[in-house]
Amino acid sequence: MTQNHEIVAGFLPLLDSALLVIAKEKGFAEAEAIDLRLVREVSWANIRDRLAVSRYNVAHMLAPMPIACNLGLTPLAPKMIVPMALGLGGNAVTVSSALWTEMAAAGASDDLDAGRNGKALHKVVVGRPGRPLRFAVVHPHSGHNYELRYWLAASGIDPDRDIEIIILPPPEMPDALGAGQIDGYCVGEPWNTAGVVSGKGHIATVKAAIWKSSPEKVLGANAGWADDHPDAMAALLRALYRSAIWCSDPQNRETLASTLAKPAYIGRPVDWLLPALSGDLQVGGGQITSVKDFFVPRGKAATFPWKSHALWFYTQMVRWGQVVHDEGNETIARNTYRPDIYRTALQPLGVPLPGASAKVEGALRVETPVGSTGASLTLGPDGFFDGGLFDPDKIDAYIEAQRAAKGD
Amino acid sequence: MKSHTLAVLVIDENRIRASIIEAGLREAGYENVTIVHDINGIARRISEINPDVIVIDLENPNRDMLENMFQLSRSVKRPIAMFVDRSDEASIEAAVDAGVSAYIVDGLKQERVRPILKMAISRFNAFARLNRELEETRGELENRKVIDRAKGLLMKSRGISEEMAYALMRKTAMNQNRKIIDIAQSLVTAIGLLDPGENV
Repeated sequence: MTQNHEIVAGFLPLLDSALLVIAKEKGFAEAEAIDLRLVREVSWANIRDRLAVSRYNVAHMLAPMPIACNLGLTPLAPKMIVPMALGLGGNAVTVSSALWTEMAAAGASDDLDAGRNGKALHKVVVGRPGRPLRFAVVHPHSGHNYELRYWLAASGIDPDRDIEIIILPPPEMPDALGAGQIDGYCVGEPWNTAGVVSGKGHIATVKAAIWKSSPEKVLGANAGWADDHPDAMAALLRALYRSAIWCSDPQNRETLASTLAKPAYIGRPVDWLLPALSGDLQVGGGQITSVKDFFVPRGKAATFPWKSHALWFYTQMVRWGQVVHDEGNETIARNTYRPDIYRTALQPLGVPLPGASAKVEGALRVETPVGSTGASLTLGPDGFFDGGLFDPDKIDAYIEAQRAAKGD
Repeated sequence: MKSHTLAVLVIDENRIRASIIEAGLREAGYENVTIVHDINGIARRISEINPDVIVIDLENPNRDMLENMFQLSRSVKRPIAMFVDRSDEASIEAAVDAGVSAYIVDGLKQERVRPILKMAISRFNAFARLNRELEETRGELENRKVIDRAKGLLMKSRGISEEMAYALMRKTAMNQNRKIIDIAQSLVTAIGLLDPGENV
């Protein structure tokens, strides 16, 4: 009936590549007449470059990266769109055992509470002689960089002055921590669990505690390809949505873990993958802490590309000096995320589609039913651990308040 | 050959490929070439070398780190752009396909950088070819071992000479329109299955 769509997608060996992997492995892509080819990459820069020269049509991508590309912040800057998110949450901050001992003495606890453990880290930082602590994140334009910085700043630590933040590839972080090259890192799974399993690390807090229901990876698409192939794009989004349904079913957890563990995908033990999928995290010292909604592949509109998410990332790029704030840049950030394409593609499935394209981040303290087409939709709780609100209609004020807090 | 004063830094964890690139650049008259295999301490090295062009292989997982360093411009005083020119799509495609990426200091004339990138691309391709040939040779050696083993099995079980054993396999291969290695492989597999001491 339909013609076959050939789609090539790049991905990095991370838990949140799950939607793409399962779309292929469980036949959801095939059911949409998509011949989906997945190519494992070693760096986000490679994914970006190969997307730019059309070797990839789409890719597993850091949520802020397409915005940074469209703003021209990267060496090679392909025009990209984000028609879908690939889930919420999934990251954690892991610190060395030595640093954890100091933090615990300053009041940190295994409950992963971002406020309490942030205060403890602040005490350690203030009372520390010698070289500043060094933390690693995966990319300057990543959710990891921005959530780590947000957590530190809201805990009274200046991420540019009081500590040092460097960039490392995710699989190298546990080893770097063990070798004492870094004191902590913020990364997606399974690399926090890997740090704990090695006995060298302790999880200090999680993304879900810093900013509840926050976006992590997205589907980045070459804008030119997406323009020329709207049917293929829509078919892929439907396949990925079905994949998200499958991935969110607890009954599929074991199969999901063993599929991702294959050498072609993450290529690490199943035991490293299960904690993130169940939310029962090994935090270190034999302690297991349950985190509700640690990684959300589908619920809470987890695949919807909210423009408020794009705009929050934009405010953080401004906050940390990566880009200047002006109307043109704000518009680029807003238009990178494309809920219109998402809605058009998924309408035939009769699934819940949010009525709005942006929301006030941090407004929902509890799970709340919201206006949607199709089935009913529940969002939240969302928001930042320090009680902050982000209203995408008041960007100037938000940026100004953060600038004032930094004392500029 | 006229010499060029551009400082070129090649970052490649593969020593053989790095030296192939270095040789090519020197042949072309670029005398100021530095090779770095290990990304550790790269910031300090870059500030020492102060390169005009940086060539790095795409297999290196540390590209994200390197780019961040360029953006912060702590070690590299001038802003860095990638490839010869963002609009030069053909060069970019060729480079990415070959597995190489080049960063250049902004303001450097692209005519001066293009030959370096071209050189890197051709050397990367030459290395890939070399690797393929090596793999093929390795495969042939493996085949030779399997055929020898099959020959030995035939000689032992049928009490024939080496020449006769080989002739028998060749004849069977011709009759069945298969390769000798396939016949030898099936023979080795079959004997392995039949031998009670070797079954798994």
